[in-house]
Parts: sequence; C-alpha cells; structure tokens
Amino acid sequence: MVVGQIPAQQAAEFSVDLPRRKAVGWVFIALGLLSILFALFILLLLLYDVVHRGLPYLTWEFLTGFDSRFPSRAGVLAALAGTVYMMGFTILFALPLGIMAAIYLEEYAGDSWFANAVQINISNLASVPSIIYGLLGLQVFVRVMGLNRSVLAGALTMALVILPIIIVASREALRSVPPSIRDASLALGATKWQTIRHHVLPYAVSGIMTGNILAAARAIGESAPLIAIGALTFVPFTPNSPLDLFTVLPIQIFNWTSRPQEAFHDVAAAGIIVLLVVLLILNSLAIFLRWRFRTQF
Amino acid sequence: MSILEGWLGRGAVGLTAAALVFSAACQPSAQTGSGAPSVQGQTPSGQQQPSGQQQGKVTVQPPANAAQLAQLRGDIVIDGSSTVFPVTAAAAEEFRKYARDVRVTVGVSGTGGGFKRFCAGETAISNASRPILVSEREICEKNGIEFIELPVAFDGLSVVVSPRNDFVKCLTVAELKKMWEPEAQGKITNWNQIRPSFPDRPLKLFGAGSDSGTFDYFTEAIVGKAKSSRGDYQASEDDNVLVQGVANDPNAIGYFGYAYYIENPGKLKLVAIDDKGNGNCVEPSEQTIKNGTYQPLSRPIFIYVRKQDASRPEVQGFVNFYLSKSFTPLIPTPEIGYIPLEDNIYAAAQRRFQNQVTGTLFPNGQEVGATLDRYLR
Repeated sequence: MVVGQIPAQQAAEFSVDLPRRKAVGWVFIALGLLSILFALFILLLLLYDVVHRGLPYLTWEFLTGFDSRFPSRAGVLAALAGTVYMMGFTILFALPLGIMAAIYLEEYAGDSWFANAVQINISNLASVPSIIYGLLGLQVFVRVMGLNRSVLAGALTMALVILPIIIVASREALRSVPPSIRDASLALGATKWQTIRHHVLPYAVSGIMTGNILAAARAIGESAPLIAIGALTFVPFTPNSPLDLFTVLPIQIFNWTSRPQEAFHDVAAAGIIVLLVVLLILNSLAIFLRWRFRTQF
Repeated sequence: MSILEGWLGRGAVGLTAAALVFSAACQPSAQTGSGAPSVQGQTPSGQQQPSGQQQGKVTVQPPANAAQLAQLRGDIVIDGSSTVFPVTAAAAEEFRKYARDVRVTVGVSGTGGGFKRFCAGETAISNASRPILVSEREICEKNGIEFIELPVAFDGLSVVVSPRNDFVKCLTVAELKKMWEPEAQGKITNWNQIRPSFPDRPLKLFGAGSDSGTFDYFTEAIVGKAKSSRGDYQASEDDNVLVQGVANDPNAIGYFGYAYYIENPGKLKLVAIDDKGNGNCVEPSEQTIKNGTYQPLSRPIFIYVRKQDASRPEVQGFVNFYLSKSFTPLIPTPEIGYIPLEDNIYAAAQRRFQNQVTGTLFPNGQEVGATLDRYLR
C-alpha cells in the first residue's frame, strides 16, 4: 500500500502536539483499567462475603444431607441432585435439537422468506424473560401433557429457555468455518451433507460445544421458570425417576435466605458456593473443550 | 470469533444472578448492639427469650404406631402459604424420622397459589394462612375436590419498633389505622400526628409486600378492609429486610410474623396492642396469642387435606403425626417459632380428620380475631 502524499497546506494545518494526544490515550487506558478494577472489586467483595460466611457450613454433611430446620443439619443434596438430574435431561433435549436447527438455518435454509422469519423469531426468543417460558412450561408440560411438577417438566421448560441461545451460538460457530473449506469439499464431488458431516462440523465442534455448555451454565442459575412450574422447596429425597418431584440449587438458596434464623443466611452462602463451583466446573469444561478442539485454518 | 467474549459476558451474568440471590440473602449482619441496652416492655412471662438452645429441653412422645409408620410408603405433595411452610416442613422433617419411605414435599406458592393447585387436584394437602375463600371453595366444588380443614397453629402478627425507640410502648388499633390507612398517604408523616405526646420525629413505616397473606390480614384487621393500605412505606416480601430496617432506625415501625420477632429478640422491641382503645395493652407472647387476648392481630393457620387422599395410609400417618404430641410441642421452639393450639383443639382436629368431616367452619372466608372454639362443637 502506498501512503498518499499530504498536501503542504494540510500538513501545515495539522497540529502535531504529540504529548497531548498521548496523554489523552493514557487517560483512556486509566479509565478502562479503573472500570475493570471496579467490577472485579465488587465481584471479589461478594465472593469474599460468600466464602467467609458460607465456608463454616460447607461440610460433608452439608453436601450429603437434606434440608432441615436446624441450620447445622441443613444439607444441599436434594437441590444438587435435582440440578444435576434436571440439567442432564435439559441437555439431552436441547442439544440435538439446537444443533440440528442451527445446521439447517446456516447451511440449508439460504436466504428464503421462511428462514428470515425463523431467524428473527429465534433472536427475539433469546431475549424473552425466562419467566415467560416458565408459564408456557406450566401450561404445556405440567398441565396439558400431565407431567406434573417433575424433573422432566422442569428439563423440558429449561430446554426451551436455552434452545434459542444454543441455536444462536451454534450458528455463530458454523459461520466461522471459512467458505473455502465448503467449496473445496463440494468441488471434489462431496454432497452437501458429506461436506457438513466431514468438514464443517469437525471444525465447528469446539465453538458449538462451548456455546452449549455456557447455555447450560445459564440454565443452572435460572430459578424463575422453575418457580413458575412449581419446583418445590422442601424435598427430603433425591429424584430417582424423571417423573419425581424435585428442587434445584437457586430455589433452595432463595428459601434459606428468606428464613428468620440468621444462621440460615450463612447456610445460603454455603449453597451459593456449591452453585458457584458447579458453574465454574462447567465454564472450565467449556474452556477446555475450546482449547482441545481448537482448529487453525 | 466472539465466543470468548460471549463466555465472559455469560459467565458474568451467571455470577450476577448468584450475586443477586446472595445480596438478597445477606443483609449486612448489622448489630444494633450499642444502642440496644435493654428491651423494654417484655411480657412478664418472657418465654420467648431463647435462641436455639430450647430444642433440647422440649420432649416429644415418640408415636405409638412407630412400627406401622416404618412400613408406609408413598408420596405426599403439599403446597401453599409461606407462613405455614416452616411448620409443615418441620412436621415433614420429623415424620421422616419414623416413616423413611414416605416422601413428603412442601412447596411455597402462597395461600392463594396453593389453593389454585389444590382445587385443581394437584396437591394432597394445602397450607393456608387464612381460611379458604368463598371463590376458592367454588372452584374446588366445581372440580369435585372435597377437603378437610384442620387448624394447626397460631401466628401473631407483631408490631415492632427499634429498641432505641423509647416513646412507643402501646398503640391502639385506631392509631395503627391512622398510620396505615390509604388516606394517610403523604399526610401522616410524623410521630406526633399519631399521638400528640409523641415527639416531633419522622414516621418511617416498614410492612409486608402486597402479595403476602400477612399484608391481607394486617390490612383487614387494622384498616378494616383487606389489601387497603397506604403505598408510601418500605415494603418487602422478605421479612428479614423489614427486621433490619426497623432494628436500625429509632423512628421506624413495622409488622411481620411473630417468628421473625423471636429470632431477633435483642434487635427489636414489641409494641403492645390496645384492641378496644380502653387502655388494655397486650403484647404478643405464646400465652396471649394462644388464649386469644392478643387481638386483633393473632390468626390461626391451617392445612387443608383433600378428602380423596385422606384415606391413604401415608397421608393418615402424616396428618395424625402432625396433630399429635409427637410433633406439636416442637411448634413453639425457635426453629419453627409459632404458637401451638390448645390440646383440646388438636384433639378436636384429630377427630375431625378421623371422621373425615369435610367443609369449612369459616363460611365467609377470612375473619378478624377468629377463635377456634367452633372446632369443639
């Protein structure tokens, strides 16, 4: 590239004043740093408070016991098992559906009127408040399909919540595969499906998995839709069938915070630590997968 | 690719959600300490002092049919009032010690929400902090749901101020009405407007949010019409927020369930209530709530058992256990914090359940100052 010559007249008007421009640059760096430090500070403060209050209650008995009216005996097992069980089913429903929808929209649908309509709707659905899905789940899964307030009903509702997110993230991953790879495959006589199956998907899999896990992590922290479908509060057992009643971590934590005994607020902090650990595990898994399947073009 | 960005963004959302749940949890553990040397006006009986140790002293009879209970299995689905939740959840916890294979679950959808599910046939037992309303009864009837109404305990709504407030000891219902009625909005803002002898200080009000049964009952008992209240007060569905607010402000006054008072005895000062305006001031205590002299803010709480489920052995076992000496002595312990009924009322309730007497003894729904003698007849 050739840099054009600056006419003499303009060069004269151009004020060099390098120190001032650099100073402005530094100010912005400082502002940016300050913002991130502020955010981190708040986060650390919260984490410190949670850990400080919750740690004394975070015992083996806490992880293996059921809820109790005595803070020292209260345990998180039912909620932890409920969360894990429900999320397993949620992923089972949402993952294949979401990925297939993304493949269709990205690879097959083209620029048709129908594809555009679907696309706009999915983007809108991704930003619908989750309580709305809860009400939908209550009517469709709990009442009409007669699943009651079971793990299955909760998982289906949660699958609805994260489906749009999964579709959007998966499409983004598919789109990041360079068109030249598709062209090369097609040019060698592969069919469209062979191209997708053997070339596009393997390249996109890290992005797809990352997006899916992060969507799942979001679902774990959600409580509104489950409150709407009536996930219960006091559940002294772990679910052992998809049709069992259940509770999840956010609901259990919320219940503890609203009890009059102050010690329960510390128990809630211990519950939050458990929830954070579950989220961190999932997020680490996402980072690992992203690193493991990283592809260079 | 913006996945990393996405990760940061969503991770932050997750944490914020947790942080939100958490910040609701953790009001700074403010101690009123320095300003709270003594709690004035305690009832002489003073039986509501303990904080946590009393449990050891309470003895409950093990159920006579323990061997039978151990054989039971099945699910009992319970939902409804958050006020009744601590009692029923405790009953479920205790019951599990004897009947390990009966899975009792308790939800919190509010009294109204609970009846909606109950009358749709989704739950076996409904927790209720007030009697069933006429409109709810009609829905139950339409769906062919018959129920057995059983009182389980009393709750005394407590009016409290900060221990640093040295001028309020007793308030009449008329004075409380003046404070809380809708007409007071924006006008009654100073303590000396309530009673001329009170000092010239701003009046700060803390009360239940409009979705709670506590709000319904308080407004009905004090203002005279359910849900009729001024709106310019600090409202919260979370009673812990109210406790903190009142405890730290000498100009504040608030109301919430008695359990929240017993849990915070040094932090709050009870206000005695003069029901008739004749100088007869009564503070809530186990005794005054139980014998009905604490008026008009004490109320019975109930469970409603669906008749279709009442003959299931596990439901039989649970309800009988709930009303028996194996559980009721635990109701006033601080972990639960409610007032048990008189023994003869529990006996009457047990008979009512055994004989499967359906229907309500509160044909008009909520009543202020209701007593439970009617169950004896």
